[in-house]
Amino acid sequence: MAQVISLDSLMIPVSTDTMRQQLESGGCSSSSCGSSDGPADMAPEVWAKVKDHPCYSEEAHHYFARMHVAVAPACNIQCNYCNRKYDCANESRPGVVSEKLTPEQALRKVVTVANEVPQLSVLGIAGPGDACYDWKRTKATFDLVAKEIPDIKLCLSTNGLALPDHVDEIADMNIDHVTITINMVDPQVGTGIYPWIFYNHRRWTGLEAAKILHERQMQGLEMLAARNILVKVNSVMIPGVNDEHLVEVNKVVKAKGAFLHNVMPLISDPAHGTYFGLNGQRGPRAMELKALQDKLSDGTKLMRHCRQCRADAVGLLGEDRGQEFTMDQLAEEISYDPSKRAAYREIVAENRGEHVAQKAAAAEVVAESDTDATVLVAVATKGGGRINQHFGHATEFQVYEVSPSGIGFVGHRKVDQYCQGGWGEDATLDGVLAVLEGVTIVLCAKVGDCPKDSLAAAGIQVSHDYAYDWIESGIAAWYAAAYPSAARLSA
Amino acid sequence: MAYKIVASQCTACGACEFECPNAAISTKRGVYVIDAALCTECEGHFKSPQCAAVCPVADTCVPA
Ligand code: SF4
Ligand code: SF4
Ligand code: SF4
Repeated sequence: MAQVISLDSLMIPVSTDTMRQQLESGGCSSSSCGSSDGPADMAPEVWAKVKDHPCYSEEAHHYFARMHVAVAPACNIQCNYCNRKYDCANESRPGVVSEKLTPEQALRKVVTVANEVPQLSVLGIAGPGDACYDWKRTKATFDLVAKEIPDIKLCLSTNGLALPDHVDEIADMNIDHVTITINMVDPQVGTGIYPWIFYNHRRWTGLEAAKILHERQMQGLEMLAARNILVKVNSVMIPGVNDEHLVEVNKVVKAKGAFLHNVMPLISDPAHGTYFGLNGQRGPRAMELKALQDKLSDGTKLMRHCRQCRADAVGLLGEDRGQEFTMDQLAEEISYDPSKRAAYREIVAENRGEHVAQKAAAAEVVAESDTDATVLVAVATKGGGRINQHFGHATEFQVYEVSPSGIGFVGHRKVDQYCQGGWGEDATLDGVLAVLEGVTIVLCAKVGDCPKDSLAAAGIQVSHDYAYDWIESGIAAWYAAAYPSAARLSA
Repeated sequence: MAYKIVASQCTACGACEFECPNAAISTKRGVYVIDAALCTECEGHFKSPQCAAVCPVADTCVPA
């Protein structure tokens, strides 16, 4: 069975070093709450919509799970990074195939998951084609599920071409989050990304195709914003094609009312059989992505925790329990039992209050350091906002940037699981090293001596001294020790 | 005068089924097929055969 975030793991007592008392004394003060997702810089009605949504709120993604059902296989455009033998690459990791479901099968699956995964808060339809083009199946699925589980949040993802046709229904159905993939606001740039679209009963190519797509995307975005439906914009960063242009995209989508802008790296591999893959177009490196995200972060809120999950993903971000819930494992008859989800919500509410206070206190601790060092810290976590995963079990690291001005989440980096790679496989360790480019220290729950030594040789520290601490508290404690305050130095 | 689907290349996305003005396309146990008796190559409806225009895989909806 895959790793589950049990209620227990959220309740694990925090290690009791002195940091903790120090931290507890701190309240939620000035700068600390203005984190990328804190309520302080967000209108209350927006916060109410996003606070339990793992894809929209960086904080919620530690606590809540989303699931996607692959009910919409048809698509109306072609992207150069997509091979339609696989799922929509706008919303999923390229090269994966999801189990296609009918709306009735999807309902059975959602109810099964809701009964077994109390963290579930969101149901999304992200393909495997385009949810707006394959509208009948998308709508039928949402209608069935909303009737059974009224408090589940619904969201959908689209390339935008068919979006304007369905905005009124989207509003009527209480879908309050829509993701549009917008890779350009200049059709000329679009010609390098979209070879054709199907619109108004014909296939369009070249500049005409990109122009139509652009206009429809902008129209859809404005229509949604006018109805107060939250819009996240996804952009795929394609080096040499639209990487610099995304600064402009960010400005335009922000002006038109997008709530979040999420830049994802192009994942390109000849084995996926995509146009880009076959033509040697490369994806960006982690540090290139970060440099771009840093440039954009004054614009629309950037979402750095997106996992490009599969069209049939189930679980907290970064984990995928989809394989536990394939159709052949589902019972024929199943009824919804709301009790587990309700109990979980209560525990999370308590926990999040504490987490917010811890974050604020951590910000005060780093503020005291007498340094101008800005460093990247990678954390191995299973969720719940804590440093609670074994180094070797981490499929990804969450990367935080820390300086005296605060601790901010900057992104996650995927790794091939170290343990699966097995020992002595330099390729895997090299992979880990590449993933950790620019990182000073990795904080985890536990780490063996061997990987620790190899990483040390490459200039990266690994520590389990802050195991089970809140992420921000652990980072602050390490930072304070590495860069003491002037007062503490002289003491 | 009819189109056909090259089953070995079809991704079973169903886009052609939506677009066909004659409801000539359906699935038989997950495999998409065109009923040649119903297919008019879109004559009288559209300039180009809709299934071929929307299909994401080249040379998959082709003249029979
Ligand atoms: S919108 Fe999604 S499914 Fe359609 S071509 Fe683009 S990446 Fe593929
Ligand atoms: S050519 Fe036109 S009528 Fe014939 S199957 Fe394709 S869409 Fe239908
Ligand atoms: S559009 Fe093409 S790939 Fe999709 S079902 Fe029809 S023939 Fe198959």
